[in-house]
Amino acid sequence: MIEMNNVTKTYKNGVNALNNIDILIEKGEFVYVVGPSGAGKSTFIKMIYREEKPSDGSITIHGTDLTTLKEKHVPHLRRKIGVVFQDFKLLPRLSVFENVAFALEVIEESRDVIRKRVMEVLDIVKLKNKARFLPDELSGGEQQRVSIARAIVNYPRVVIADEPTGNLDPDTSWEIMEILENINRNGTTILMATHNREIVNAIKKRVIAIEAGRIVRDETRGTYGYEK
Amino acid sequence: MMKQGGPTAMKSRTLVRHGKEGMKNIGRNGWMSFASISAVTIMLLVVGVFLLLIMNMNHFMSSVEEDVEVRVYIDVTASDQEQEELEEELKQLENVDSVTYLSKDEGLDQLINSLGDNSEAFESLRDENPLNDAFILQATSPQLTENVAEQAQELPNIERVDFGEQVVEQLFNVTNILRIIGVVLVLGLMFTAMFLISNTIKLTIVARQKEIQIMKLVGAANGFIRWPFFIEGLLLGVAGSVIPIAVMTGGYHYLYDAYADRLSLNFAEMLPVFPLTLQVSLVLLGIGILVGIWGSITSVRKFLKV
Repeated sequence: MIEMNNVTKTYKNGVNALNNIDILIEKGEFVYVVGPSGAGKSTFIKMIYREEKPSDGSITIHGTDLTTLKEKHVPHLRRKIGVVFQDFKLLPRLSVFENVAFALEVIEESRDVIRKRVMEVLDIVKLKNKARFLPDELSGGEQQRVSIARAIVNYPRVVIADEPTGNLDPDTSWEIMEILENINRNGTTILMATHNREIVNAIKKRVIAIEAGRIVRDETRGTYGYEK
Repeated sequence: MMKQGGPTAMKSRTLVRHGKEGMKNIGRNGWMSFASISAVTIMLLVVGVFLLLIMNMNHFMSSVEEDVEVRVYIDVTASDQEQEELEEELKQLENVDSVTYLSKDEGLDQLINSLGDNSEAFESLRDENPLNDAFILQATSPQLTENVAEQAQELPNIERVDFGEQVVEQLFNVTNILRIIGVVLVLGLMFTAMFLISNTIKLTIVARQKEIQIMKLVGAANGFIRWPFFIEGLLLGVAGSVIPIAVMTGGYHYLYDAYADRLSLNFAEMLPVFPLTLQVSLVLLGIGILVGIWGSITSVRKFLKV
C-alpha cells in the first residue's frame, strides 16, 4: 500500500515539482501515471523509491514512513521495490544471467538462491534460452525484459516502471505490457508512468493524471485523455 | 530485518568480490593509479629518511642527556659540618634524583681520563689540585637540569654551579628543527598523496556510476558499495609503501655496515639495524594504508550521497 498525504516537492533551484499530492494506492493495483513532460511524473515516481524526499507532507509504503526513514534503512526499502527504466540500465559487460543476478549478489544472497531465482524470473520474461547473451546481442524488447527480470528477482511488493515502453516499437510494447500484467496478477502492485496512449486506452486500469505538479484526474478504469 | 552489508556481516565470498573489484579499478585507471602510487612512494621515502634520522638523533640525545649533570663546587672555606648540611639541603631540592660526593682528587682523575692522549700535561697538577670538592646532582629528567642548577645556586657555601647547558640546548634545538621540518614535509606530501588517491578513485567511481546507480536501486547497502573503493585505496597505499620500505631497510643496512664502527668512536652511536628498520617499515606501511583509505573515503563519501 502506498499512501501520500499532502506531499509537496520544491527542488533547491526553486522548481515546484509537486503540490499537495494526496493519493492512496492499494496492494495489487495496476496504476498508470500520465501527464505531459515536466508535469511532475518523474518526481512522483522517484518519491516512492526514496530517490527524492518530499519537502512537505508524508509518504508511507507498506507501513514504512519515508519521511522519517533513516538513510541506512533506505536499502531495505529499495529491496521491496523493483524499478524499470525507459533506457533499461543494463550493465553491458555482464551477460543476461549476470545482470539479473547482480541485484541479488549486491544484497549478498547465497549462490544457490541466486541461481534458482534468476532462472525463475528469466522464465517469467521468456528469456531462459538467452541467459548467456550480452545485452548488446539482444533486441530492445528483450533488453527491457531483462531489466524487468532484474526488477522482480527480489520478489518486490511494488514494481515501478518509468516509461518502460518509451524506447520500444508497438509490438514489443505489447509484449512488455503482457509481462507486467502477469506480474500484477500475482499480487504485485504496479505503477507505470507512460506516454503510450494506445496501451492506456486498450488495457484499462486506474489512471492518475498529473499536470503542473497536481493530480488533475484519478479514474479507476480511465483513459489516456489528452486527445488531440 | 535483512542483513546489513557492514564489515562484520560480510561473507568471505563477498570480500573476494570486493578485492577483485578493487584491483580491477586500479587497472582501469592505470596512469592515475601509477601517479597515486608514486606520490605515496615519494612521501614515504621522505618519511622513512626523517624517521631514521630523528630516531637516531633521539637515541644520541638520550645517551648525551644521561651524562647531563649539575656539578656543585663546594667553597674551600666550608667546614665538614657545613658540607654535610649542604648535602642534606641539596637532597631536599625539588626534582633532584641523586646527590653524589666527588672529591677533588676523583674529579681530577675523571678530567685526566677524559682527555686521553692529552692528559700528560695535567698530571703535574696532582700535587696542587686546582679543583674543588663537589656534589654531583642528577635531575629527575634531563629537561629539569637547568631548574636544579638554579635552585642549587641559592644555597650557601657554594663556589659555583656548572652544568652542560649549551650542549643540552643545542641538541634540543637541532632535534626540534628536524622534527618540525619532518612534520611539515610529511604533512604536505601526505596531502598530495591523499589528493591523488582520492582523484584516482573518483575516476573509477565515474567509470562505474551506472553500476553504482543500479546497486543503489536494487538495495545494496552503502557499505557494500563502498568496499571496493575502500580496498582500492588501501591497495594503492600498500603498493606505494613497498619501494620506500625496501630502500629504507637496504639503505640503513648499508650505512650501518659502513659507518657504525667509525661513528661509535666519536661517542655518537647508530641504532642497530634490527628492530629499527622493522619498526620504521611498519610505520611506513601504516601511513601508506592510512593515506590510501583516507583518500578513498573522502572521494566516495561525496559521490555516494543521494
